[in-house]
Amino acid sequence: MMRDLFKKTKYVQMPIKQKQVDIIPEGVWIKCPNCGEILFKDDFDKNNGVCSFCKAHHRIGAYDRLSQVLDEGTFVEMDKELSTLNVLNFPNYEEKISKAQEKSNLEEAVVTGIGQVGGLSTVIAVMDSRFMMGSMGYVVGEKITRAIETATKKKLPILIFTASGGARMQEGIMSLMQMAKTSAALAKHHQQGLLYVTVLTDPTTGGVTASFAMLGDIIISEPGALIGFAGPRVIQQTIGQKLPEGFQRAEFLLEHGFIDRIIKRKHMKEELHKILLLHSKEAFYE
Amino acid sequence: MNNNDKIEKLHNKLEELYELTKEQSIDFSFEISELEKKLTTLKENYYSHLTPWDKVSLVRMSTRPVAKTYIDHILDDFIELHGDRLHKDDKAVIGGIGFLDKIPVTVIGQQKGATTKENIERNFGMLHPEGYRKALRLMKQAEKFHRPIICFVDTPGAFCGIGAEERGQGEAIARNLMEMSMLKVPIISVVIGEGGSGGALAIAAGDRVWMLEHSVYSILTPEGFASILWKDSSKAKEAAEVMKMTAKDLLDLGAIEKVIPEPLGGANAQPVEMADTIKALLIEEIKELLNLDVDVLLENRFNRFRQMGSSMYSS
Repeated sequence: MMRDLFKKTKYVQMPIKQKQVDIIPEGVWIKCPNCGEILFKDDFDKNNGVCSFCKAHHRIGAYDRLSQVLDEGTFVEMDKELSTLNVLNFPNYEEKISKAQEKSNLEEAVVTGIGQVGGLSTVIAVMDSRFMMGSMGYVVGEKITRAIETATKKKLPILIFTASGGARMQEGIMSLMQMAKTSAALAKHHQQGLLYVTVLTDPTTGGVTASFAMLGDIIISEPGALIGFAGPRVIQQTIGQKLPEGFQRAEFLLEHGFIDRIIKRKHMKEELHKILLLHSKEAFYE
Repeated sequence: MNNNDKIEKLHNKLEELYELTKEQSIDFSFEISELEKKLTTLKENYYSHLTPWDKVSLVRMSTRPVAKTYIDHILDDFIELHGDRLHKDDKAVIGGIGFLDKIPVTVIGQQKGATTKENIERNFGMLHPEGYRKALRLMKQAEKFHRPIICFVDTPGAFCGIGAEERGQGEAIARNLMEMSMLKVPIISVVIGEGGSGGALAIAAGDRVWMLEHSVYSILTPEGFASILWKDSSKAKEAAEVMKMTAKDLLDLGAIEKVIPEPLGGANAQPVEMADTIKALLIEEIKELLNLDVDVLLENRFNRFRQMGSSMYSS
């Protein structure tokens, strides 16, 4: 009894959960889901969704992304009204869609349009992981294909920011076919000698990785983004061993030669402008 | 007793009668012919009412003919070619050249093993990036020599593993999809067993995609699907029912051009007959595709995917 009083009790240490939560929209303070530090929300927003302590690049919405990259007031959205119909009658799919629409204020998981980066026109598509984890069904594939076709027709470059868990299960084989459709549209753009830049953001996996994400003339990534074909959980289950540290992160892909550059969010616009300039007509004459 | 057991029991009875006839020279011909008739009816009934999960099970059986079975029966003078020229030779896919009724063709087949030992060697038909790159190398070679391309699809999916990710599984599949849309020769893909995910699509992005009657083709294996949507891979059977993964489903959806009927008992029971059917269809279709102007061929191929599922949105 007495002895127990002096015993040093070992308490379980709780690690900070690396939960991929959306940054809490309301409130003045937020907690970084990566390092657990408490951040002042205004600072966090000014920092473009990057933690000022651990520098983790958190997931951000499509319109926030557009405003970070494009010149103010230049964005003209395309196909905004396109939304998904559950023609295959997958159980509870409509409810999932409406919930995602409510949560994200988007019709679907990608926003497309034309805008300018430092005065240079480009077609742009930005995926949004808040909408059913950015999964690609018919509408996502169609909007991206139309964006590519617009770029081909107008002889413009195209920038695609990817953020997706892959093909959308509820649309079955038709989701899979979007991989072939987008890739074939890119081939036509490619044959015109036009520029395609992809920016891979957290997370980019599955059918999106295995189609347009990996087909850029130049492939950029944000630091720390998860990029892969199979998700880490599936691989771990398949091979039954622990995955190496940093596996499938942007830095891992750079090392293995599958992306060109890792660019911090605060430098993204500047970097994209330089790349667009290097491929613009002006570059030949100046 | 389910249908399958009934068939099994009748089979055994018939075997006994055959034996008896031989051993004791008693004439059972009447009984035998009656039983045979009954067995055929039962089989016809059984095989025309397979559930999606029955089909998944059927195509995963070791009796199911694999790509090499068809290649050997369909092509003359087949010469296998190896390697992706970058990393290694992926044995989960075989490729090569041969004659299809005097037409030189390139053939690519995702190859499962006939035995457990061979299955391990073939990685159960699950390709690594080097497998897709080998396929693309051979397809480009086919284009150089104006040879049509035939692909046999039979994979649970692209392999998930550390090496596969390190060597760019996603990039390899994506590259195939883009390059295949530009290849200036006809491409016909036939799903002979399991068509699983992007790993199947990476050799099925051509001019015609056909499926054998009992084969399946889906966004993911039913196990993977159940695991992602319901966090429980043991619900694979339920998943198969809602996935719309049978040949008929895909034909109805407009995702494939043709369902090839299988002989009684499935291709499993009569591989040679199955191969003959496929061969005749391939010859006919390839001749037709070879007559097309290249620009028309490519435009049709593009539109094949462009128009698919166009009722799936509102605006």
